[in-house]
Amino acid sequence: MSRQEHEEEGPATAGGRLMTGAEIFVRSLIAENVEVLFGYPGGATIGVYDALHDISDINHVLTRHEQGATHAAEGYSKATGKPGVVLVTSGPGATNTVTGIADAMMDSIPLVVFSGQVPLRLIGNDAFQEADIVGITRPITKHNYLVRDVRELAQTIKEAFYIATSGRPGPVLVDLPKDVMAQKTHFAYPQSVTLRNYAPILDGNIRQIRKAAELINAASRPVLYVGGGTILSNAAAELTALARKLRCPVTTTLHGLGSYPENDPLAMGMLGMHGTWYSNMAVHFCDVLIAVGARFDDRVTGNVEAFAAEAKKIHIDVDPAAISKNVKVDVPIVGDVKRVLTSLLELVNPLETQDWLRTIDAWKDEHPLRYRNGDEIRTQYVMQKLGEITEGNAIVVTDVGQHQMWAAQFFNFSHPRTHITSGGLGTMGFSLPAAMGAVFGRRDLPVISISGDGGFQMNSQEMATIVQHRLPVKIIVINNGFLGMVRQWQELFWRRRYSQVELANPDFVRLAEAYGCTAYRATRTSEVEDVLRKAMGHTDGPVFVEFVVAKEDNVYPMIPAGQTVNEMIDTPDPAPGGHETAGGRIETVEKGKARKVSVHAPVTSNA
Amino acid sequence: MPPSQAMLNTQASGVPDEKVKRHTISILVQNKFGAFNRIAGMFAAKGYNIDSLSVGPTEDEGVSRMTIVARGDDQIIEQITKQLNKLIDIVKVIDLTFESFVDRELVLVKVHATNDTRPEIMQIAEIFRAKVVDISPRTLTLEATGSQQKVDAIIKMLKPYAIKEMARTGRVALKREFQGEV
Repeated sequence: MSRQEHEEEGPATAGGRLMTGAEIFVRSLIAENVEVLFGYPGGATIGVYDALHDISDINHVLTRHEQGATHAAEGYSKATGKPGVVLVTSGPGATNTVTGIADAMMDSIPLVVFSGQVPLRLIGNDAFQEADIVGITRPITKHNYLVRDVRELAQTIKEAFYIATSGRPGPVLVDLPKDVMAQKTHFAYPQSVTLRNYAPILDGNIRQIRKAAELINAASRPVLYVGGGTILSNAAAELTALARKLRCPVTTTLHGLGSYPENDPLAMGMLGMHGTWYSNMAVHFCDVLIAVGARFDDRVTGNVEAFAAEAKKIHIDVDPAAISKNVKVDVPIVGDVKRVLTSLLELVNPLETQDWLRTIDAWKDEHPLRYRNGDEIRTQYVMQKLGEITEGNAIVVTDVGQHQMWAAQFFNFSHPRTHITSGGLGTMGFSLPAAMGAVFGRRDLPVISISGDGGFQMNSQEMATIVQHRLPVKIIVINNGFLGMVRQWQELFWRRRYSQVELANPDFVRLAEAYGCTAYRATRTSEVEDVLRKAMGHTDGPVFVEFVVAKEDNVYPMIPAGQTVNEMIDTPDPAPGGHETAGGRIETVEKGKARKVSVHAPVTSNA
Repeated sequence: MPPSQAMLNTQASGVPDEKVKRHTISILVQNKFGAFNRIAGMFAAKGYNIDSLSVGPTEDEGVSRMTIVARGDDQIIEQITKQLNKLIDIVKVIDLTFESFVDRELVLVKVHATNDTRPEIMQIAEIFRAKVVDISPRTLTLEATGSQQKVDAIIKMLKPYAIKEMARTGRVALKREFQGEV
């Protein structure tokens, strides 16, 4: 491309000076308003890191592993709504990002991952630190690129950010060969992107919206089934307005948590495998199911044939391929959740749902979330206390497994972007780096990382990064010495044959202290509140808390995989396995019935 | 079943056979690095069946046409179309099954031939309007063009003479200009 053409492109043209690919990369990120870059240098990116060295507009965070960098970028994106940006070197640097990229793909998180690559002439030669990362990440990215000419670099970066953040968001990888980054050209950051067949549909088809409104207006037992798309679309306010206008009960998926205040009378909490009894019952018996930015995932539906079988189904989603993928729906609406809900709100009338809400309230009374609280710490209690102490004003970043489900059940999420977790891929080791990333984006709320003893050890190296930056992360490890969720399945479905689920752990408090982090441990229920208050009050950098909890505890209610509400197992009392302290008090939590929740009662051991 | 079909057949269980239909899907795709791999990879990753796949240049220099013959029930075919449309490099996806279209396939067959069988084989070739494109004392190589059924038929006729080697293009197709309104 001639210089003449460049100068005609717009005001971004930087005079007549030729720039290297590395400089263009940095200038492009600044043009995209990238504030934080999570990364790790290496041979193939050394030139790019040199160009970054004098730049103060971008805060580069050196993680301790490339997987940590990708999860940090995910946490940053989930907390802020902005794209997360990663820079790694070729070969192992690039392959270490694979889990984070796959995680972002499953959970629709906008990431732009830049990987170094060996020089073009060496590609395919099994060169040192060469990996075909474009080939490897093809099925786990929304799109990816190999930049073969420095003159394509700025355009490619522009496209990458556009694709990652528009429509259904997702990860985009851009592979940067070392020699391309050393080539020079004139820099002009493009003002717009033209892609021939990529144009996400944002406004829902009005005829479809009218059809949906007709169905809703005739409903007597409606349910709003709300997924993460509602949060990605920043549509919590529209959702709340719709639910209240209709007087329609609301259940959320794991990623939908926070889109509707759980202390509201219409809230039913999470649905699905470990959802509340009453939300699953309500979905089963509803006559109109309004799916909002949710994808009928198997952990939500169980047996798809029996899922809300009698209900007319409306499905709002920005991704046409998400519609009728798992469950055939009656009224599909392709569009941005916020825009569709805004249109829908005008067309619907308040419904006569008093009888339906009374039925649900009776289910809430009969089958609340509950556990027996004794001397031995129950994770449910830790989550409940945490919700109470923070009053929901915290960003909770969970890992994967039992503690993740208990946090979803007992914390009572009320604000969008305050619940961050690995839902689709279920990546253990997600929480610690993701919480770190969230802190770089959000300083207005405390950020709490919660992991099990297994997951924490999958990315515990990021303790070093957190301490280095004195990040105010509250790091909680729930230690039961087991891979608890697998153990639960082995107990319930594999005749208690505990194959490879018991962990021999380090002294976590001493480990945290070795990293230079203040650390506490609680082993009795009576210590929990005090330790949590100390941790939440800690102002100087990170703080670590280990809770040594009941070894064998189970998450209930539970609908076994692929089954229906008929097979739903409610909390047994006493629970099997003998892990509940006799004589403890039964704590109950009913979503939307705050007056009955006993969180404000003084808690003593053996109450 | 043509060998290509046998190779690519990963028929998912649970879908009743009578609901499974064969669809001809025409795809215009930009000639970008890795674009074909992206399409083929999507079929593999989602577990969809491909009977044949052919690709070649079009009148537009930057764009190729890929013709895929795929099988599935209505829901699977709908998902295939939607998933193809999600790929950034794809310009257009048309399921020709819902249109009136012309399709052709080409096959080269090298068949064993002796002085006794050569006239018979050449007679079969004539019936199918196939051409002899190579000859040796022990073989004849024929080129046949037509619908998939026609190509299947000539192969069936030649089988008794011992087919030594065979190459099929897979189906290529274009939508008819007049969709029955004339």
